[in-house]
Amino acid sequence: MERRRFLQLGSAALMGALGSTRSAYAAAPTDNRLVFVFLRGALDGLHALAPYADPAYRELRPQLALERDQVNDLNGYFGLHTGLGALMPLWQSGELSFLPATSTRYRSRSHFDAQNLLENGSTTPYGMRDGWLNRAILALNDNDRRLGLSIGPAVPLILQGQASVQSWSDSSLPEADEDFLLRVGRMYQQDPVFADAFHDAQGALQPDIDMNAMGGRNNSARDFAISAQVAADLLAHPQGPRVAVMEMTGWDTHFNQEARLNGLFQQLAEGIILLRDGLARDWSRTAVVVVSEFGRTAAENGSRGTDHGTGGLVMLAGGAVRGRQIGGDWPGLAQAALFEGRDVMPANPMEGLFKTLLIAHLGLPASVVESTVFPASTPLRPLEGLIVGV
Amino acid sequence: MAILRDDLRPELMDRFRTQVTTETPFAERLVRFWSNHFTVSNVVRVISPATTAFEREAIRPFIFGRFAEMLRASSRHPCMLTYLDNIRSVGPNSPQGRRQMQRQGLETTLNENLAREILELHTLGVNGGYTQDDVIEFAKAITGWGHSGLVGRDAPLPRQITFAFNEAAHEPGPKTVLGRRYPEAGDEEGVRILNVLAHHPSTARHIATKLARHFIADDPPPEAVETLTNVFLETGGNLAEVTRALVLLDAPWNQPLSKIKTHEEFVISVHRLAGLESLQQREVMEPLRELNQQPFSAPSPAGWSDRGPDWIGPEALMMRIDWARRYATTLPPTLSPDEVLQTALGPMCSEDTRTWVSRAASGDEALAMIFVSPEFQRR
Repeated sequence: MERRRFLQLGSAALMGALGSTRSAYAAAPTDNRLVFVFLRGALDGLHALAPYADPAYRELRPQLALERDQVNDLNGYFGLHTGLGALMPLWQSGELSFLPATSTRYRSRSHFDAQNLLENGSTTPYGMRDGWLNRAILALNDNDRRLGLSIGPAVPLILQGQASVQSWSDSSLPEADEDFLLRVGRMYQQDPVFADAFHDAQGALQPDIDMNAMGGRNNSARDFAISAQVAADLLAHPQGPRVAVMEMTGWDTHFNQEARLNGLFQQLAEGIILLRDGLARDWSRTAVVVVSEFGRTAAENGSRGTDHGTGGLVMLAGGAVRGRQIGGDWPGLAQAALFEGRDVMPANPMEGLFKTLLIAHLGLPASVVESTVFPASTPLRPLEGLIVGV
Repeated sequence: MAILRDDLRPELMDRFRTQVTTETPFAERLVRFWSNHFTVSNVVRVISPATTAFEREAIRPFIFGRFAEMLRASSRHPCMLTYLDNIRSVGPNSPQGRRQMQRQGLETTLNENLAREILELHTLGVNGGYTQDDVIEFAKAITGWGHSGLVGRDAPLPRQITFAFNEAAHEPGPKTVLGRRYPEAGDEEGVRILNVLAHHPSTARHIATKLARHFIADDPPPEAVETLTNVFLETGGNLAEVTRALVLLDAPWNQPLSKIKTHEEFVISVHRLAGLESLQQREVMEPLRELNQQPFSAPSPAGWSDRGPDWIGPEALMMRIDWARRYATTLPPTLSPDEVLQTALGPMCSEDTRTWVSRAASGDEALAMIFVSPEFQRR
């Protein structure tokens, strides 16, 4: 299969003709890697990390509650769905942790609005027009290098903004031949806008992955596995990006959620393992954060599914993560502990986790995080003890 | 009224064909401009089958009409009412709202989305001088604006949906927006407020700025914005007059090639230049999918960006080049690159571009070179 992207062969010759690109050689401000995995549609945290030993859990979910043999026990109270079993070695080695009952400041139940708010880092769905990760990247290096990587056909809001980012998607267009590109590059010398963009394209890295090994799976499984490998391959490059965003859809499980989630869990776990394998030596300085726009109802509905909720589950993986812990506060599932009598209480601020990742992991000054990345969020303190630290 | 279709592709292709073959491209450009100003996007999946109807019914008839009419048609179209959640907005003190709040223990049943976007994006602009209270009051005034519902949900598409006012969801009592009090008037309240917004000086400036940015430059000259603002105000938002004033300005003509085409404009202009009799679906839909600017898929209610740098990232540029190079190979060998170059760029063609086109190894390579030249990717 013909793959994106840019010139591998012949790029040295081109660079000789055009001069080196600034983006390819500027030093990166950090060697740590951050992978942001967005599960769009609202993950049912209680089905992934099940409080299987809690009687209230069984009462709320007479049909859906996971049994002891459907989980890998983590601490006698919580168990990890067996669909995510591929992640257990990470738990054992201290490279996996969980934050249940976590949420942004959004308190209504629209996917679209909740995703916007999570991505723009403000207090309202349209409070800011750019993404907080983009603002963080801008603050990291003033845009001398394209540190951000978007995997997928569209750059998501969280990466949109002033800092230019790389993007990778699976293209069906055949690539233009090198001789033609060489001439186009010469033609562009007259126009700085086109010359710069063309320059950066030549300096961009090409993922080196074996697409044929991905055969025989359904599309979304294939897509996520490919995304993980591309992200890992580009992130592992010394001159590559430092922050990657990838996403998975299909999590809005209003009915018959067991089989669907089982499949999605397996894809997610496989993707995380592919990230680990692809990042290889760099896995030790990587944090993978897996989030969803909100959680789902504590109780099951009448269709063997769950509806839009509030507090949700965040997963953290990677060598830079203080693993083998279930972090933050867990309010429990007693009726009085539920938000609006129906959802897992939002006990841990997702913005606090994001701040920790930016400050402790990527080394951004706290003052910058408070003033420009997450303005008006001072009461939401960074969450301690989750990251090994720079 | 909106007509829901199960397969939009034929209509989308007709829409592209019009763009490619039209003898009044300026009017089509205006349709796209206003369609983007009043963005509806299939990011909200349920509205996807009605998006083309929205443009046909709420935008196209008014591009040379009154801004107030377009604003009203857009704000009350079932597609917009659904896209920006007004169908879910219920007055907290309406009969329906009281029931819902009691039953579900909610703090409010009001959804401010449409009201906020009308103020911020469609009329006054983000710094246009409104407050959060104005948003809430305006949102209350348009509670009950909804549609006739998916009557016969199982009926085959196409189906028709019309605007409908749901009295039981309408917030009772007077509302105050921008310092002006509107007595309770049901469905009419929102119409009255829209009419004031449509003629507001902030709206005039907002629209003038966007038009100037689209037709002159990313950062348009202030005098041009001033002129258009004044014409908008003096004519009560007569878009024929505002558009005429735009064309009569010197600025758009003095600054040729200052704008970079969007992906859609680029793909359409390549097809216009190629001038083939039939337009192949693949050669429109595939590049736009790869470039991620499919019709009615803007990422947010703010619509597509109207600034050049947002359209020429490294990956996007390479994608344009890849597609243009492949498409050129499908064109008939009878197309003369010299003539095409003259048609495409005429006196705007730089020496460099002329040189590299003439050095192309083949006819199709020369055509591809014209398509990807900086001048042709600008406008």
